[in-house]
Amino acid sequence: MDRQPLLSVRDLEIRFRMRHGDLTAVNRVSFDLARGDRLGIVGESGAGKSVTGFGILNLVSKPGYIAGGRLLFEGRELTALPEEDLRQIRGNRISMIFQDPMMTLNPVLTIGTQMVETILAHRAISRAEATAIALDRIRKVAIPSPQKRLQQYPHEFSGGMRQRIVIAIALLNSPALIIADEPTTALDVTIQADILELLLGLCQSEKMGLILITHDLAVVSQVAERIAVMYAGTIVEIGPTAQVAGNPQHPYTRGLLGALPQRVPRGGRLNQIPGMMPTLTRVPEGCPFSNRCTLCEEVCRRRVPPLEPKAAGCLAACHLLD
Amino acid sequence: MQGWRGFRKSYFVYSFLRDPMAMGSFLCLAILVMVSFGAPLIAPHDPYDSSTIDIMDSEMPPLWLDQSDARFLLGTDSQGRDMLSTMLYGMRVSILIGLGAVALQAFMGIFVGLVAGYRGGRFDAFLMRLADVQLSFSTYMVAIFFGALFQAAFGMGRYEQLAVPLLVIIIGFAEWPQYARTVRASVLAEKKKEYVEAARVIGLSPGRIMWRHILPNTLTPVLVISTVQVANAIMSEAALSFIGLGMPVTRPSLGSLIKAGFDYIFSGSWWITLFPGVALVVLILSINLLGDWLRDFLNPKLYKA
Repeated sequence: MDRQPLLSVRDLEIRFRMRHGDLTAVNRVSFDLARGDRLGIVGESGAGKSVTGFGILNLVSKPGYIAGGRLLFEGRELTALPEEDLRQIRGNRISMIFQDPMMTLNPVLTIGTQMVETILAHRAISRAEATAIALDRIRKVAIPSPQKRLQQYPHEFSGGMRQRIVIAIALLNSPALIIADEPTTALDVTIQADILELLLGLCQSEKMGLILITHDLAVVSQVAERIAVMYAGTIVEIGPTAQVAGNPQHPYTRGLLGALPQRVPRGGRLNQIPGMMPTLTRVPEGCPFSNRCTLCEEVCRRRVPPLEPKAAGCLAACHLLD
Repeated sequence: MQGWRGFRKSYFVYSFLRDPMAMGSFLCLAILVMVSFGAPLIAPHDPYDSSTIDIMDSEMPPLWLDQSDARFLLGTDSQGRDMLSTMLYGMRVSILIGLGAVALQAFMGIFVGLVAGYRGGRFDAFLMRLADVQLSFSTYMVAIFFGALFQAAFGMGRYEQLAVPLLVIIIGFAEWPQYARTVRASVLAEKKKEYVEAARVIGLSPGRIMWRHILPNTLTPVLVISTVQVANAIMSEAALSFIGLGMPVTRPSLGSLIKAGFDYIFSGSWWITLFPGVALVVLILSINLLGDWLRDFLNPKLYKA
């Protein structure tokens, strides 16, 4: 019945105002996210993944700004909303989880204080009711003895526990969408799996949408239903997880998957994509990947390839695919 | 109860008890504060009650010298007031002014520093230039100017009644940029941290982020300069009183006692100026030593092995 997507990003463009002119960090990014859908955004450092995440909250920090495009969330245009209304959406309808749980909790306030405060910022309920909700969420993220934990400070928790707390805080107001910006990068591998499982389970049971930003393909294929691959500020390929991970179309995605150590025989030399991602000041004309692409042709250097449906069933931005 | 037990076991108390300098100065300060605030209870005389003062008792030496009077342990001043009692009351005035002035400085400075640091941009530039201008006037110059202005405006009689709040305002106003700069510097460092970003993502209002999330994280340096500032404020008050722009002789502070005694030092009545002077030095010294210890304690880079 609900045909309208939860979030619809159209031609989002985020620029940074620099001394020598504007840099385009996110260049005409478009995607849709249905209610309860899980999208993974992958790419190298500096590809514009995190900035896109902040852009969705309309919280790009200075000197960055949203230069164009539309952000339709639950039928409301986020780029045009006044600050006060945006604040009511942040932490309430859309939550965000950051990379480093050591840094995202305020060291001088107890967990309970921070959780209750998050609830009271958005709902007119009593402190006792808010505490009850906080307790419930802490139970949901499987932290033992929640009552006691609420009165503790962040330094009394281990890294994995803190990330659980951060997830609990994100869940407080039952958001429709969670943006997780590299939620497992700062954790060790065994805990990564726990946290991902937790996040996945919660998204399914609470029917929340998830945008998972990461550079780890294994993480993304474990959790997301669809994958968007970003390169130098643009989406180069987007499609269902099985499609993108199993049968990549764009040369960059192919290179990325080919570079996984599992794909190389033991003792063999790892594949890599030659060169480095261009800095934003030096994105080549035409296709941004043209200077590293082994298949590059004349047309690639001249025209920017549009993101369009390809025969394989995904969307990709490449002239050479049909 | 649990909080108290936690406090007793904390590293703060542990390292305090290990430092004889900190213990000594704290003890000194605690005694001085207690006797001065308990002055109405323990002082043998009431220096504010002129009916008990006899001019015939003036300039009596301390007990252990010739011509002393058993009633006056540390002698009397030029008006026949008991030195010990007057000093206790005077110290109370000094400490009150010191604390009051610092409270005012801290309030103004924290407010300005927090808002300037968090907002940034032109607003920050404007407030900080204002602080620079304020700092480029010497504290004493500002205090002397306004002190003289108030005395002229209110007349001596009214001034004597209003002296304490006026001195608090003058000294408080002259030193607020110290706090503003300190707080702003730490706010600039704190506001780049991720928990502030997280607070914004949660949708908290800027006011809440500033006061509830950033401010508590900047309080360490504020605590440290507060001790130094209390000592400074007490000294400023003493200096102003010494040049006759502070507390009137009828309600003396330590500074005005030193000044009152200074006129008699050449006639041999050294005790009127010496005892309040010693009290002042001990008071300032113990505050400063305690402040030093606090600074070392709160600075993790200075942990001794």
